[in-house]
Amino acid sequence: MSHTHEHTSNLGRIWTVFGILSAITIVEVILGIAKPDVLFLHELFRLSILNWIFIILTVVKAYYIMWAFMHLEGEKGSLRWSIVSPLVFLIIYLVFILLIEGNYIFDVFHQSQYKWIF
Amino acid sequence: MAATVTSPATTGKLWDGGNEPMGASYGKMMMWFFIVSDALTFSGFLAAYGFSRFKFIGTWPIADEVFTHFPFMHGVEAPMYYVALMTFILIFSSVTMVLAVDAGHHLKKTKVAIYMLLTIIGGFIFLGSQAWEWKNFIGGEFGAVETKGGAVLQFVNKEGERVAVADFAAHLPTTRVQKTKANGIWFLSGATLPEFTVEEVAEGLKAHPEVLIRTENINPTTKKKEILSRDASLEAIKGGALFVKGANLEHNEYGHKLFADFFFFITGFHGFHVFSGVVINILIFLNVIYGTYERRKSYEMVEKVGLYWHFVDLVWVFVFTFFYLV
Repeated sequence: MSHTHEHTSNLGRIWTVFGILSAITIVEVILGIAKPDVLFLHELFRLSILNWIFIILTVVKAYYIMWAFMHLEGEKGSLRWSIVSPLVFLIIYLVFILLIEGNYIFDVFHQSQYKWIF
Repeated sequence: MAATVTSPATTGKLWDGGNEPMGASYGKMMMWFFIVSDALTFSGFLAAYGFSRFKFIGTWPIADEVFTHFPFMHGVEAPMYYVALMTFILIFSSVTMVLAVDAGHHLKKTKVAIYMLLTIIGGFIFLGSQAWEWKNFIGGEFGAVETKGGAVLQFVNKEGERVAVADFAAHLPTTRVQKTKANGIWFLSGATLPEFTVEEVAEGLKAHPEVLIRTENINPTTKKKEILSRDASLEAIKGGALFVKGANLEHNEYGHKLFADFFFFITGFHGFHVFSGVVINILIFLNVIYGTYERRKSYEMVEKVGLYWHFVDLVWVFVFTFFYLV
């Protein structure tokens, strides 16, 4: 009952979040164009450090959009958990399985007895 | 967790209606659950993209080299700037949406209407930008040769810059005729003939010693596409089967065909969401103008479509990362 009937304005918060989202996007674009070799050519768990940075920044952006713009920060914990936990669990699960499988097929193409002459 | 606590005093009333589980109204909660399921759909698409990409990680196109256009800057290589602009347009329309929701909490009808209108305009600009992006991708720029095995051979100069096939291909006498409805069997027209035959491209390659072939293969240490020597180029062109320009669901001058398929499918599905979001926003905008919510003393409908609109923005954030950055 509390948040829906509250009439305090969130203007400050909205513009702050807009600033954060813009800043993150600008950083992403600069990194994406510059592609510094230090980050681009070094890998962590078979993914370049640059890509890890992009993915982490994206998740940070998603957090701000969901928490501030979609106003999850004002919802009850039960609603928050029922939205976020299935997404987090299922997406990590699916991505984990598919990427490992994709990587396995790549290895098969390159190391098996067959030759793919394309 | 207060919402799920039931004491003896409340159990009598729990099922009598008027109760809001998780402190959210029915409409808002259902919008959230729709968003959860839609988010999983998009995750499925993006995970499938990741699967195909990992499967062909050694030959996947480099997005920077595919999307290099910017309006009114013809011929200038501008990777990323255009999609970054599109991202800003969508983030900003998200801001105007959340401002509309905020004004709705204060029952300020005019402000809600103005912010809704700005959101709708932002949505249209984004859709237009996406159409332009598709136009460039479908139209292509340099042209390439597809081999019998389905790989793509692109052409570069000594500096490694792309060369348009039209600039060096020879013009050979040809007997190719476009099959039309009028001269085709049973009123069927044939597929449009490619601009050049592979023989013409091969002849042109022979005649221009500065042109080399770039394969799809990515060098694992430099992470750049492999460029063949002059001799290897002349050998590689023998495997050519078709001249391709631009991209569609069957051929893709930029590299692997699946890249184009996923691009069309995922950005198309997202664009469809933006379009439906704009339509819903217009409906709600009209209701605001008519004063429906003013009379209802609640602008919660604006909040609900706002959730959908932010979700569309959220999906774009991920599409931006996985198609253009990573």
